[in-house]
Amino acid sequence: MPRSRRVVVTLVALAALLAVPALSLTAGQPFYIDLFTRIMVFAIAALSLDLILGYGGMVSFGHAAYLGIGAYAVGMLSFHGIGNGFVHFGVAILASALTALVIGFISLRTSGVHFIMITLAFAQMLYFLAESLNLYGGDDGLNIARASSFGGSIDLGDPVERYYFVFLWLLAFLYLGHRLVHSRFGLLLQGVKSNERRMAAIGFPTLRYKLAGFVIAGTVCGVAGALYANALLFVSPSIMHWTRSGEIMMMVILGGMATLTGPVLGAALYLILESVLPRATEHWQAILGPILVLVVLFSKSGLLGLLADGVKRRSGARA
Amino acid sequence: MPEALLETERLVKRYGGLVATNAVSLAIETGELHAVIGPNGAGKTTLIAELAGEIAPDAGSIRFAGADITARSVAERAALGIARSFQITSIFREFSVLDNVALAVQARAGHSFRFWRPARSDPRLRDPARAILAEVGLEARAGLPAASLSHGEKRALEIAIVLATRPRLLLLDEPMAGMGPQDSAGMVRLLAGLKRRVTIVLVEHDMDAVFALADRVTVLVYGRVIATGAPAAIREDVEVRRAYLGEEG
Repeated sequence: MPRSRRVVVTLVALAALLAVPALSLTAGQPFYIDLFTRIMVFAIAALSLDLILGYGGMVSFGHAAYLGIGAYAVGMLSFHGIGNGFVHFGVAILASALTALVIGFISLRTSGVHFIMITLAFAQMLYFLAESLNLYGGDDGLNIARASSFGGSIDLGDPVERYYFVFLWLLAFLYLGHRLVHSRFGLLLQGVKSNERRMAAIGFPTLRYKLAGFVIAGTVCGVAGALYANALLFVSPSIMHWTRSGEIMMMVILGGMATLTGPVLGAALYLILESVLPRATEHWQAILGPILVLVVLFSKSGLLGLLADGVKRRSGARA
Repeated sequence: MPEALLETERLVKRYGGLVATNAVSLAIETGELHAVIGPNGAGKTTLIAELAGEIAPDAGSIRFAGADITARSVAERAALGIARSFQITSIFREFSVLDNVALAVQARAGHSFRFWRPARSDPRLRDPARAILAEVGLEARAGLPAASLSHGEKRALEIAIVLATRPRLLLLDEPMAGMGPQDSAGMVRLLAGLKRRVTIVLVEHDMDAVFALADRVTVLVYGRVIATGAPAAIREDVEVRRAYLGEEG
């Protein structure tokens, strides 16, 4: 039963994430708390991309734009002396939703390669816009004096509290994602990916539903951006560079498209390799590349597929 | 005289020098099974696509149930009750057989901005879908992935999807294409069962099926209607014989 084994993989992954702060403090390696905070932030970003990429078949190559908008919302508000976390996250959510609405409204009129190029172009426009904002540090980026403040109930300046704050967001988005992909809206998205022409022929006005999915994905990624700003206490244009969009997409494909746990595993594998390999050799990218190729080659459903279904099932004869 | 459900008036579609639809005026009466036949390249599929809204005609108009729908989109026409099958089977291959039909039921069950409740355990979608699967003889396949069905079963599934939208008008583009004699006979039985309950426009090359099922037949040659009438009359029509049925002298 691959489905129940996937649930097991998911629960094990979440239990492991829950234990990271205690383990790394015991081992005297607090560095891992920050690494896994980053992993969870990108897990949320990858999860949001997977909603439209894996479930909806919309290959958005500009997803880092929303990461940047969420992060800049926190950075710019802090710069102007506004430290309230509810304002930070509220603005991050609204701004990324609005941006996704505009970008989606225009981009979704195209498909295929054109859609990829337009989403990429929009993200690059925002990247250059951020570079040109000299007030907010331009190219050099913007230091954030203090993390978002939630009135003493939680201190995001503390690595462990910050870690669990991000963990709760991830948990919430996994649950919301689970509800969404099995809802009428979720099945509709998957129908669009499977056969959009058929969807129109049975009477679904697909554009408005795709746009809704696009906005949901952008908004969730905006939250990831606000979390990222809090983790780094710094934001710069590089957060929305097109290579970042590529990395997020790589995490989705690596972990397993059209799954919810996959993007989490993909973010973990990608960022762990990216942090561990450079210590072994300076040519670490020459190792990272082939590993990514191997995972993608050996499992159509990514790392999650490898863990839950194994390699044998795929190579074994199936009627 | 029964009222026409669908009417086209001097419909024209040109592709460069080729006139795919040449001043086609058709009246499909409520409840009839109207076959459209013609040699390859006669413009049958183009005509179906114009009726369904996938291709916009260059001139002329289409009326459905008394309203002009010439400018309506595919989805809008589907919502009005025009459903179609494609020449190349169009189903959701990754979905289960039951999911395929349930999604079509969902298309007619209000908007789908419903993000919370699991759709796969919603009896308002599943029960009608199961009933339709039983009608086309696929109830035993409900849980299988649609991609695993045989060719004939996939065609039947597409009919089930189309029926699930509760159409008033079915546009069927060669539903028997690529079928063996046994599957074809099954499809003829299925369509005979649908006759009268729903108005059908049937494009088909299988003449046995056409003459067994049709109330009226329209013959299309080079985008032009050369004859419309009862099957027996069409069979005897000299011009039709010369242009299409391959009869000499």
